[in-house]
Amino acid sequence: MNTQTMERRQHYLNVSYGIRSWLFTTDHKRIAWLYLVSVTFFFFIGGLFATLIRLELLTPQGDLVQAETYNKLFTMHGVTMIFFFLIPSIPAVLGNFLIPMMIGARDLAFPRLNLASWYIYSIGGLFTLIAAAAGGVDTGWTFYTPYSSIYSNTHVVLTVVGIFVTGFSSILTGLNFIVTIHTMRAPGMTWFRLPLFVWAHYATSIIFVLGTPVIAITLLLVGLERVFHLGIFDPELGGDPLLFQHLFWFYSHPAVYIMILPGMGVISELIACFSRKRIFGYEFVAFSSLGIAVLGFLVWGHHMFVSGQSLYAGMIFSLLSMLVAIPSAVKVFNWTATLYKGSVSFDAPMLYALGFIGLFTIGGLTGLFLASIGVDVHVHDTYFVIAHFHYIMVGSAVMAYLGGIHFWWPKMTGRRYPEAVARVAALIIFLGFNLTFFPQFILGYLGMPRRYHVYPPEFQVLNVMSSAGASILAVGYVLPLIYLIWSLRYGAIAGMNPWKAKGLEWQTPSPPPTDNFDVTPIVVHEAYGYETDEPQAIYPPGKPLHV
Amino acid sequence: MSDIQTIHAHQFDAVEQQHEASWIGMWVFLATEVMFFGGMFMGYAVYRTAYPQAFASASNHLDIWLGAINTAVLICSSFTMALGVRSAQLSARKPLMIFLALTIALGAVFLGIKFTEYYFKYEEHLVPGSAFLFEETSLARQAEIFFSFYFAMTGMHAVHMIIGIGLLTALIVMASRGRFSAEYHTPVELVGLYWHFVDIVWIFLFPLLYLLGRHL
Repeated sequence: MNTQTMERRQHYLNVSYGIRSWLFTTDHKRIAWLYLVSVTFFFFIGGLFATLIRLELLTPQGDLVQAETYNKLFTMHGVTMIFFFLIPSIPAVLGNFLIPMMIGARDLAFPRLNLASWYIYSIGGLFTLIAAAAGGVDTGWTFYTPYSSIYSNTHVVLTVVGIFVTGFSSILTGLNFIVTIHTMRAPGMTWFRLPLFVWAHYATSIIFVLGTPVIAITLLLVGLERVFHLGIFDPELGGDPLLFQHLFWFYSHPAVYIMILPGMGVISELIACFSRKRIFGYEFVAFSSLGIAVLGFLVWGHHMFVSGQSLYAGMIFSLLSMLVAIPSAVKVFNWTATLYKGSVSFDAPMLYALGFIGLFTIGGLTGLFLASIGVDVHVHDTYFVIAHFHYIMVGSAVMAYLGGIHFWWPKMTGRRYPEAVARVAALIIFLGFNLTFFPQFILGYLGMPRRYHVYPPEFQVLNVMSSAGASILAVGYVLPLIYLIWSLRYGAIAGMNPWKAKGLEWQTPSPPPTDNFDVTPIVVHEAYGYETDEPQAIYPPGKPLHV
Repeated sequence: MSDIQTIHAHQFDAVEQQHEASWIGMWVFLATEVMFFGGMFMGYAVYRTAYPQAFASASNHLDIWLGAINTAVLICSSFTMALGVRSAQLSARKPLMIFLALTIALGAVFLGIKFTEYYFKYEEHLVPGSAFLFEETSLARQAEIFFSFYFAMTGMHAVHMIIGIGLLTALIVMASRGRFSAEYHTPVELVGLYWHFVDIVWIFLFPLLYLLGRHL
């Protein structure tokens, strides 16, 4: 009976059928699905490169691939994972799907622009895939000059064009979010009633909008230098390679916060919901997102401690980098305080959220090691750095992404995923992740440099542990792929609000109708009223649109 | 009233909300453009500080009169653009189309002069690359960097002009179909903002590139 009413109700998934209804959709929820499929594809492509890297590192000798191939593998791994998975993952999938619903809007401000973003992303991805298929690129994802602009004999231009193009999809998504959050909030949805997920995306969008154009012009100059032999970054022609590093990191350090801030937004929602408590220190968490976005623009020089920038610049950058720890710690402490005396339950999304807090703390604290110049000189370009940023990008960002996907899966599909398997998968990912990357901290501390396919035999044990962990991690990533697809057809019907969560997006049916809300809600509470029975919004005719 | 309501897209509640969204969206876009050009301006600043002599010397190879004329042409085009926006606000269709066409014409004049300059530079072997020649050979490498920035910055500016002319052409087509009125002319205002932005970029480029080391 319940199932039949589900089937008959019109929602965004059954309102039209066919490939054209998806490829030409302007519905933010469908565009989120387009992104979900694309970023999942790139995630497994990037994972494939990682697999080959970990296989090669099983033994100290270079017996699987040659040095040149290995250079291409870690480059393509970085390029795919950063530009085509991590940066778009949470904003373009969950942000796209949820921001309009969370603020009580029918869609983003510019739906066609939103679709255009996905096409631009896909075109950029295509360029990069072609570059990979044609033989790849070996510069490292950082494209340092003059190697990238003069000496590398690989497909630098094609890859750079792919990243350049994809950057515009980030810019347009960020622009769309900023305008939407400013102008499309439902009546009563004041800034301080916004879910923290929305605040986090607002901060992320600022970085998208201000940072991405700089990497665009920088990569364009690298391309021009390579094609027309300009001397902008080439020391032989009087150019300054350090200038490239400044310009590159001016975007690429804030880009790390593009990857982590949306994840922090997800975690704020999960922690509050599964602790059944108002998030502790709402305003502090909200402003810490903006604080991270602003400070994040002032720390890029900590990537250049050993590349010849002045010592005094290094000291300033070191100090500023330490400052980013403050808003980050504000978040961690507030999440922890939210847990305190909460009715904590351990559903799969919450397992990801708790994992996030632990791994982010490790990743963040080791970031402080690296921000201190003295320590950084010792561990620079070693596996310590690799471990540190994987704790942030994989341990934190990917955990948050998966936690968010699980949490909002019932809303996106109308179905529940199998909870028991999901909890097991979350645990497998947590264990596999730590086994993969914790040994790399030790390897780096002992002096194993990154980007080499051979290493001294005494490092083998730790490398084998890391590769073994990677295989466990792979199992953990494939499991959700399988059971989430399975749940599309066989999952239990979710109902409107399976988590008894308080946000606006849970006050509309699952899956939502195309316009999200049949009647524009009037918001009367913040999104975290877990200690009251009142809903976040009332509806003008006096009745909610469901049941 | 009902006429106005049918104008706004379905995701908006009112035409004012749509106008506000478009307006903020354009300003945010222009902020991204500032950052985009900002990368090149920063590179320029670094090398000008590092190689002041070569930059001054290379700057003297640019034709200051062509640059000055182009500056005047571009300012005039901003004026006609502003008059076009005013016409749209007054629902004056004919003047709107005339002013948009004038703006396009002035933009085309600018591009014509610009490409003529490029051709002169090509003749004088001042295009960076293997054919680059500079009489003060000790400064040649550094002068080449100046010309790299000259072509990259004015080239990127010219690309923006070409896009702007395309947008203006689309506006003329829309205007001829009677799409704009005193109530709805957001696209005209937004393209106007864009055009003024591109104009302002040139206002910075002209002194930075042409007026170095000159004592007029």
